Amino acid sequence: MSKKTKLTLISIIACIGILFILNSTLGSYQLRILNLCGIYVILALSLNLINGFVGLFSLGHAGFMAIGAYTSALLTMPPEAKEMNFFLKPIVPWLANVQLSFPIALFMAGVLAAGAGVLIGAPVLRLKDDYLAIATLGFSEIIRVIFTNTQSITNGALGIKGLPYIGIFNKASEAIWWTWGVAIITIIFMALLINGSYGRAFKAIREDEIAAEAMGINLFKHKLMAFVIGSFFAGIGGALLGHLMGTIDPLMFRFLLTFNIVLIVVLGGIGSITGSVISAVIVTIAMEALRVLDGDMQIGSYIIKGIPGTRMVVFSALLMIVIIFYQRGIMGTNEFTWDWILKRQKKISEPLNKEKVS
Amino acid sequence: MLKIRDLNVHYGGIHALRGISIDVPENKIVTLIGANGAGKSTTLRSIMGLVKSSSGEVVYNGENILNKRTRDIVSKGIVMVPEGRRVFPNLNVEENLILGAYIRKDKEAIKKDMNFVYELFPRLKERKWQKAGTMSGGEQQMLAVGRALMTKPKLLLMDEPSLGLAPLIVKDIFQIIKEIHKDGVTILLVEQNAKAALEIADYGYVLETGTIVLEGKGKDLLNNDDVQRAYLGEAK
Ligand SMILES: Nc1ncnc2c1ncn2[C@@H]1O[C@H](COP(=O)(O)OP(=O)(O)OP(=O)(O)O)[C@@H](O)[C@H]1O
Ligand SMILES: [Mg+2]
Repeated sequence: MSKKTKLTLISIIACIGILFILNSTLGSYQLRILNLCGIYVILALSLNLINGFVGLFSLGHAGFMAIGAYTSALLTMPPEAKEMNFFLKPIVPWLANVQLSFPIALFMAGVLAAGAGVLIGAPVLRLKDDYLAIATLGFSEIIRVIFTNTQSITNGALGIKGLPYIGIFNKASEAIWWTWGVAIITIIFMALLINGSYGRAFKAIREDEIAAEAMGINLFKHKLMAFVIGSFFAGIGGALLGHLMGTIDPLMFRFLLTFNIVLIVVLGGIGSITGSVISAVIVTIAMEALRVLDGDMQIGSYIIKGIPGTRMVVFSALLMIVIIFYQRGIMGTNEFTWDWILKRQKKISEPLNKEKVS
Repeated sequence: MLKIRDLNVHYGGIHALRGISIDVPENKIVTLIGANGAGKSTTLRSIMGLVKSSSGEVVYNGENILNKRTRDIVSKGIVMVPEGRRVFPNLNVEENLILGAYIRKDKEAIKKDMNFVYELFPRLKERKWQKAGTMSGGEQQMLAVGRALMTKPKLLLMDEPSLGLAPLIVKDIFQIIKEIHKDGVTILLVEQNAKAALEIADYGYVLETGTIVLEGKGKDLLNNDDVQRAYLGEAK
């Protein structure tokens, strides 16, 4: 086993330890935020693959998430719960009685989102940047409209309430292992993908399409591949988000959701895996911390009425400041790698050793 | 090895190539010279399948490859060093070179060719881990050539390799072209630097607004009055 593999294993074990401690000490509100962090790590990485590594400007993430969330919800809910939800118009018979275990439903969420990725990607990925952005944005809005109107499958605008907890034992404390488990798997998968020969081809396409084509790289195949993998993980992220919230409806999957993820990716550094992870955690926590701004504030005996949306204004302002000072995000296209850390460590310890000798 | 016959290329309404014919025999250096906008790059792009050609033939080893997919053309052994180098700026030198070998699967041979490229360009070896975009123009040109060699081409198309380089570096580049040629690679060289190109070329073509106006042995063209007046700036 190489040194790097060992280090990776050790840090995964450390992560599990930390999660274990957090899971048994944090309150339910903090745990919810921690879960949200894990989910946003998955979402940010999936968007970063498409937008950051291949350089496609896709804005369709909320659409894939919606597909994932609804798939997993409808596949895991018990028949009675579905019947209660669909009181205006009954659910279609072929869906009414299916109930699969959570892992299978979660996987299906990814698969269906990926399927949509193939359908939309095949025609749309031949378009250039601006058109691609508009087409994918249109796709995600169309998904929303479809979900609002296919009442006997999605319950329309009423949404679906009472999604089961994340996991197989139907206990809230189990969620963390799924959200962060999938997040860690996503991180490892992306790291392997990006550092392999596919990843190199992705980056070549991002850097210079014509030169990449002239080297014999199949542009369309690679773009579609990244797009479909990204959709798969977006579907999984969407499913986890749905189960965490407990309620889903078409409004939840507006453009704002995509925007939040784009924001995390830009902030972390377009084309940096570690950047996306760090940024997803920071942004998720910051969004919650800034929630106080939306509520009433008391200064002395003075009460300032809260205006909902203030936190988004403040957050956008903060974002602008960060972007002005760090134009390429926190990490740029750089990564924290073991090589990098080991090198630094050497630099720090080398002079010390020399001193000892002399 | 390569026979171009009556090739026509249109960009929308612009008739960029008007029925040109060019021969590139095996193991020769053939050069294509001409002023800005003559259609030199278009010729190379058309050979590579990077632009759609309207009519004509590009026959490579007896097979018409006109409008075939670029990756199929690359795997037949033709590769282009594009105009303006076009290295992948945020990837390091080594990654750029590995991408050159993208269509190849033979790991051992790739490693050998990588060493060959590093021998040819010691500068690249020193800068293995440097991002290509931060290198000097000359180094980037070396990288672009090295990257193309990594596909193990039989026919190398070069689009103005001397563009924007200092005279000393230009000399190096032309020296390298000769070395690559000696190694058994056939070369079609597009140049504005007509003198240097004609000096090393076996045969040359002069392109003007999409038509071949003159052709002949490299040395003969070098001494041709019209060529001297138009491209070498030496009025007699
Ligand atoms: N993508 C394009 N769309 C439209 N016209 C083009 C395109 N590419 C080239 N042209 C036109 O085709 C003609 C030939 O261009 P080409 O690039 O082949 O010239 P060139 O001989 O390589 O010139 P230079 O020495 O400046 O590189 C020019 O008139 C150019 O404007
Ligand atoms: Mg040109």
